[in-house]
Parts: sequence; structure tokens; C-alpha cells
Amino acid sequence: MQKKRWYEYLWIWSSVYLILGFFNILFAWLGLICFILPLMISIVWGNKAYCNRYCGRGQLFELLGGRLGLSSNRKPPKFLSSPWFRYGFLTFFMTMFGLMLYNTWLVVSGAPLREVVTLLWVFKLPWNWTNTSAAAPGVAQFAFGFYSVMVTSTLLGLITMVLFRPRSWCVYCPMGTMTQGICHLKHRKDD
Amino acid sequence: MAAKKIAIIGKQCVACGRCVRECPLGALSIYKGLRARVDARRCVGCGKCERICPAAIIEIRERQVAPHAEKALV
Repeated sequence: MQKKRWYEYLWIWSSVYLILGFFNILFAWLGLICFILPLMISIVWGNKAYCNRYCGRGQLFELLGGRLGLSSNRKPPKFLSSPWFRYGFLTFFMTMFGLMLYNTWLVVSGAPLREVVTLLWVFKLPWNWTNTSAAAPGVAQFAFGFYSVMVTSTLLGLITMVLFRPRSWCVYCPMGTMTQGICHLKHRKDD
Repeated sequence: MAAKKIAIIGKQCVACGRCVRECPLGALSIYKGLRARVDARRCVGCGKCERICPAAIIEIRERQVAPHAEKALV
């Protein structure tokens, strides 16, 4: 049996990240690593090594859906991997991300802090048990918003994991679409 | 040229790399973050990648492969 490499355990990081948000929402800032690293790798090296090797979330879905058998393993519908759906979802996702940044800006400008985690961009869960006094209101607001983004995308991934194949999330993951787009731009001649 | 069953990667490949890890013969690779590609000489058409592909865009089909080609990338 082949010896496992360190990066094959990154699903632990993804799980711990989600749990930490229950104790202190400020840990949500750590999720920026999962945003910056894939972009950096694709911009600097022009590949999708993050998706291919280091994505803890993908590994988590593989573990839950594959090894634990929580996935139905059905073929996903064709539209899920079509460019219009992938880029459409990326646009929607980035619009919601922009709105989250705008809300953070409002709090920085003096609006009251909203201690809620928004699931699937609609359902607002009160999240006022976490202590945010150590940080400025704007810093805390970004954490609430960013954690909402991370939990929402995990939830969507879990739903498609159950309905289709374990890593169906990878098919329409906005980060995956973005990094592949960057690779397309970087390797225009080979494309 | 000899006909053999190999994995054919569809145009909508998202380059997630799941198939690369699944392939027991190392016949698959991700080409510059753009898509997966198959080394037709190594691929035996076992279908493991077809069953695991999250986008379900891999098919096992018969293809003509030059037996002495140094590399046959599809």
C-alpha cells in the first residue's frame, strides 16, 4: 500500500475550519487561505494543483461520499459542467461575495454589527454566542459574511455529493472555474 | 494502427484531477490546468476513471492507437 502524503489529510483542516466557526467566528478569516492559494497557484504556475492535490473540501466530500458511502454515485446532469452554468454560478457567487464586502463596508462606516450566519444566501441563523469583542466591528462582520460563504458552499457541495457523485461540487466550484479560466488565459496558445 | 479501448475525455472536463489519482496505470494527467488527457499506450480502458469522474465526461471507447508511437496523448 502506498504511503499517504501530508496533503491527503487536508480534509481535517476543512472539517476543523467549519467547527472553529462555532466557537469563535473570527477563525473564519483563515478561510481566505482557500481563496488566495488556488488563485496564486494558477496565476504563478498556471495549473490547478490546488484542486488536484490540496483541496481539503474535495477530500472531505470524497471521504464522506466515497468511503462512508453517503453518495448515490449517480451521474450528474450535463448542464452542471457546461461553461454557461459554471461561469453563471461563478458570477452569482462573486456578486454575493461583493454584497458581503459591501455589508462589511457599511459596518466599518458605523452601521451596527449583524451577528448572523446566512445559509444559502437566504436563511439567517442567529450566531450571537461567539465573542467578537476582541475585534473591530468591521473585522467581525467580514468573518460572519465569509463564514456564511464557506458554510453555504459546503452545504451545496454536500447536497450534490448525496444526489450525484462525491466530488460533484468540483464541477461547478467557483474557485475551480476561476482557476481553470486563469489557466486558459495563461496557456492561450496551447488551448 | 491497432484498435483498443481507451478513456476519452469530454470537452467539458473541469480538470479536477480526480481521475488522475484513480488511474491504476498512471495513464492520466492534467494538462496545464486545462483538462485531463490520456496516454493511449498506457490506458487499458478499465473504466475506473469513467465511474469516478465527478462531471461524468469520461467515456471508454475504441480508438486506433499507433503501437510504436513514443507517446499517444488523447
